Amino acid sequence: MAISDWLVIPEILPLMLSGLRVTVVITFFSVLTGLFIGTVVGLARLSNSRLLRALTTAYVEIIRGTPLMVQLFLVYYALPEIGIHLPPMIAGWTAYSINSGAYVSEVVRGGIQSIDRGQMEAARSLGMSWWQAMRYVVLPQAFRNIMPPLGNEFIMLLKDSSLMAVIAVPEVMRYANLMVGRKGGYALPIYVTSGLLYLALTLPLSLVVRRAERGLAKGDRA
Amino acid sequence: MIELNDVHKYFGQLHVLKGITNHIDQGEVVVIIGPSGSGKSTLLRCINYLEEPTKGEIVVDGIKLNHLATNINRVRQEVGMVFQSFNLFPHMTVIDNITLAPKKVRGLSSAAAADIARELLDKVGLLDKADAYPRQLSGGQQQRVAIARALAMRPKAMLFDEPTSALDPEMIGEVLDVMKNLAKDGMTMVVVTHEMGFAREVGDRVIFIDDGKIVEEGEPEQVFFRPRNERTQAFLSKIL
Ligand SMILES: Nc1ncnc2c1ncn2[C@@H]1O[C@H](COP(=O)(O)OP(=O)(O)O)[C@@H](O)[C@H]1O
Ligand SMILES: [Mg+2]
Repeated sequence: MAISDWLVIPEILPLMLSGLRVTVVITFFSVLTGLFIGTVVGLARLSNSRLLRALTTAYVEIIRGTPLMVQLFLVYYALPEIGIHLPPMIAGWTAYSINSGAYVSEVVRGGIQSIDRGQMEAARSLGMSWWQAMRYVVLPQAFRNIMPPLGNEFIMLLKDSSLMAVIAVPEVMRYANLMVGRKGGYALPIYVTSGLLYLALTLPLSLVVRRAERGLAKGDRA
Repeated sequence: MIELNDVHKYFGQLHVLKGITNHIDQGEVVVIIGPSGSGKSTLLRCINYLEEPTKGEIVVDGIKLNHLATNINRVRQEVGMVFQSFNLFPHMTVIDNITLAPKKVRGLSSAAAADIARELLDKVGLLDKADAYPRQLSGGQQQRVAIARALAMRPKAMLFDEPTSALDPEMIGEVLDVMKNLAKDGMTMVVVTHEMGFAREVGDRVIFIDDGKIVEEGEPEQVFFRPRNERTQAFLSKIL
C-alpha cells in the first residue's frame, strides 16, 4: 500500500459524486413517501376501528421485525416471479418507502399522542370534524415535535441506502464496488472515500437535528 | 334549550352519572356545584357530546343527540365550551384561534371571520392582543380569548367547566366580568364553578350534584344560605 494509491481519489470522485446524488434523491423520496404512509398508518393505529388497528399494527411489526435486505430482495427478486418487474431504482424506492413508513408511523403516533387531549376536544367543541381537528390543530403541533425524529429517520435511511448497491442501483456503494473490481484493488482509498461522502451528509444533518431538539425543549419551557 | 332526560354515564364499571333529569331554559344561567369527582365535568361533556351518555336522552335546541356525526357537529356548533385549562391552539395567533372554526366549519370568508373576531376581542378587552401567541398571554387573558373563540361560532348556549380554577386569584375577576356581561346579554349558560359571587349576581339557579345525582337545586340565595339537604350543607361548610 503506497501513499500514491490515494491519488486514485480524484479519478473516482466524479462517479462517486454522481452516486451520491442518486443516494440523496432516492433517500429523499423514500422518506417523503414514508412520511405519507407513516401518517396514514400512524392515524390508523389510533383509530377506533379494531380491524384497522390490527392491520396496521401487523404491518409495523412485520416491517420492523425483518431485515431491510430481505424486504429489498422481496421487492426486487421475488416480485418478478408473480409478474411484477420493477427497475432497480423503483424497486429500491418501493422497499424503502414501505420500510420507512413503518418507522415513521411510530414517530407520527408518538407525536400525536404527545399533544394534549384538550386540543382535540377544544377543536371538536367548536364543531370541527375529527379530520378538521386533526388537520388544523393536532397534526401541525405534532409535526413540529416529530421533525427531529424524522431527521434521524432520514439519516438512518441515507446510510441504509448503501444496501441498494446489491440490486444495482447506481448509488455511492455501487460505484465504489465497481471501481474496486475494475481497478483490482485500491479498496482502502475507495471505501474511505465513500465513508467520508456519507459523513459529509450525515454530520451536518445530525447537527441540525440536535439543534432542532434543543429548540423544541426550550420552546416547551417558555 | 337544553333537555336532560334520565342521563346515565358509565366508564366501564364506574357509574358516574346516575340519572340526571333537568331542563334549562333559553337565557337561563345555571351554576353547577359539587365535590370533585361527582360528575360535573362529565355532565357538561355529555351535553356537548364529547362523552356519549350510556343511557338517557339529551335534546339541545330541539336537536336530539344521537350517534350521527353530522348531528353531533351541528349541536357542537350551537353549544360553546370553555375549559379549565383554556386549550387555546398554541401554534396559532389569538385571531387565528378565533377565526379557525368560523372559517372551516361555518364557511365564512377570512375577512368576515376576522371582523367577528375583532368584535369579540374588543368585548373581552383584548383587541390589542390579536396578533399575540397564547404563550405570550397571562392565564386570565388566555381564558378570555378562549371565551371569545367559543362565542365566534355564535352559539346558542355556553358551557363553562371551572373556567377560573386554574387562574391566579388576581385574574379571576377579569374572567368572571366577561362571563357576567355575557349572562346579562341573555346567553344561556351552564357554569361549573364555586365562585359564589358570580352565582349570586347572575345565576338564576344553582344545582348541587353529588355522586352523579342532582341532590338539590334552587335559587342561589336559597341553596347557598338555606340548603335543605344535609349533603349540600356538609359540602358548603367545606368550601365557604
Ligand atoms: N374518560 C374517563 N374514563 C374513566 N373515568 C373517568 C373519565 N372521565 C371521568 N372519569 C371519572 O368519573 C368521575 C367523575 O369525573 P368528573 O366528571 O370529572 O368529576 P368532576 O368534574 O365533578 O370533578 C371521576 O371518578 C373520574 O375519575
Ligand atoms: Mg371537573
